[in-house]
Amino acid sequence: MALKIVKSQCTVCGACEFECPNAAIKFKGDAYIIDAEKCTECEGQFDAPQCAAVCPVPNTCVPA
Amino acid sequence: MSATLIPISGLQVASRKDMGEAMAKGGGCSSGSCGSSQGPADMDPETWAKVKDHPCYSEEAHHYFARMHVAVAPACNIQCNYCNRKYDCANESRPGVVSERLTPEQAARKVLAVAASVPQLSVLGIAGPGDAAYDWRRTKATFDLVSKDLPDIKLCLSSNGLALPDHIDEIVAMNIDHVTITINAIDPEIGQHIYPWIFYDGKRRTGIEAATILRDRQLLSLEMLKARGVLVKVNSVLIPGINDDHLIEVNKAVKARGAFLHNIMPLISDPAHGTHFGLTGQRGPTGAELKKVQDACAGGANLMRHCRQCRADAVGLLGEDRGQDFTLDKLPEVIADATEARTAYRDWVADERRDRAAAAAQAEATVAETGKSTLFAVCTRGSGRINMHFGKVTEFQIYEADAEGIRFVGHRRADNYCLGGHGDKARMDEILRVLEDVPYVLCSKIGAGPKKRLAEAGIEAIDGLAQDYIETAIAAVLHSKTAHPGRTAESA
Ligand code: SF4
Ligand code: SF4
Ligand code: SF4
Repeated sequence: MALKIVKSQCTVCGACEFECPNAAIKFKGDAYIIDAEKCTECEGQFDAPQCAAVCPVPNTCVPA
Repeated sequence: MSATLIPISGLQVASRKDMGEAMAKGGGCSSGSCGSSQGPADMDPETWAKVKDHPCYSEEAHHYFARMHVAVAPACNIQCNYCNRKYDCANESRPGVVSERLTPEQAARKVLAVAASVPQLSVLGIAGPGDAAYDWRRTKATFDLVSKDLPDIKLCLSSNGLALPDHIDEIVAMNIDHVTITINAIDPEIGQHIYPWIFYDGKRRTGIEAATILRDRQLLSLEMLKARGVLVKVNSVLIPGINDDHLIEVNKAVKARGAFLHNIMPLISDPAHGTHFGLTGQRGPTGAELKKVQDACAGGANLMRHCRQCRADAVGLLGEDRGQDFTLDKLPEVIADATEARTAYRDWVADERRDRAAAAAQAEATVAETGKSTLFAVCTRGSGRINMHFGKVTEFQIYEADAEGIRFVGHRRADNYCLGGHGDKARMDEILRVLEDVPYVLCSKIGAGPKKRLAEAGIEAIDGLAQDYIETAIAAVLHSKTAHPGRTAESA
């Protein structure tokens, strides 16, 4: 279980990278991507996925 | 011209004149005397030392010094209804234009290049898009790099305040002596219509809860910064129908907590920007509405009226943007700094300011005798003088003269109607609209056609006072009106 970033919507602001408790988000090439291996959907750490909670664009950090 | 007024030619010293001319050619500041009308006389020395070279804080400095912004901190922790971060932060920067996004290293290189070729540079700011305090790692890395190479450049940052209390110690340690906090409401009932959500303490929060937390953190930031001796400017975006009546409360609240300046800016809203307000048809205020709220707040925290809402990657004197000259691909390989040029420029400014203050004081004394309030639209490119062609003007500096003296009260934008070399009716209509309540235009030159159109609308354009200090010219006009009713300043 992991989230992914919809690249066409992403503003490349980096807020999600900053908030991810598991360092699962990295800037690669020209976009932010989520490493599905590391993403836990924030289970047990927060009520809701942090990336989706901070992302300024609706429906951009979504279940993979 | 009346004998009591000092003509500008009598004030000029040869070497300064050369410098002034060189500046005028370079474009210079296109703004008038503005904002907090305080000068050295009515400010404590410590505060004056901090603001005197900062174009955003002192109405005076604003004529002579340049600031630059770099967009290095794109992440934000709240959502404002007037901002669409796909483009730019609509608050600190003009919306709809995407800023060049820079890494801290690139930003530092850019600052170095600008400092080497723009001796007026005195301030580096980090503002939107994004929040400089939330995206702190990038903000701090940029400031660290710049202060290492250019210790004489002042640093400042703008924030929505939510993350600010976490960084107060570092702000003080890094010698950042100016911080801007944007506060649009202190009543959460009103705030909830401006901020749909905030991200705080691991959670997205909405409604009254979000607006309350944000308000509390903003006021806390202000108090903490004030206690540590950091100057705080508060920005408020005037949103008609939402916070227009409320801003006077904001003004009182921020003044009580020691804000140094309060800057009320008009909402910029257009459906094309894709902001919530743009899409819902929320309109921005008219020039007259803005002035009304600013006037209602006068007497509270010092009001700033010269803010141009420049873009986050703006470079130059207020009202001028040379950002395009300094994009990354245009930066030279090797950048040599020019500290001496900045020092020489600062010396020149010190002299120039003294003279302008003397001329203004004299002019004010003259005006005090005439009484009733009159508005003037001034065309200037800086140095406090009437030195711009009417056809070149993109914004008018509005001055008010009455028994209390002569003050800058705001600027009004009107697009250059002279694009392409011939008058464009639509643009002239726009100028007539923004100058609706202004009887006089002061400019260095104006063509016969535009002059006639202004006259038909009851606006008298005067170009006989070119190069005079603004205050001196206004006093001359008023004097000629009282001395010889019915005659213009030109023929007087
Ligand atoms: S859901 Fe949580 S763990 Fe997964 S990428 Fe988003 S913030 Fe990181
Ligand atoms: S927070 Fe959203 S918009 Fe910003 S980088 Fe992450 S996915 Fe992109
Ligand atoms: S946005 Fe306003 S405060 Fe900031 S530099 Fe421009 S004029 Fe100054």
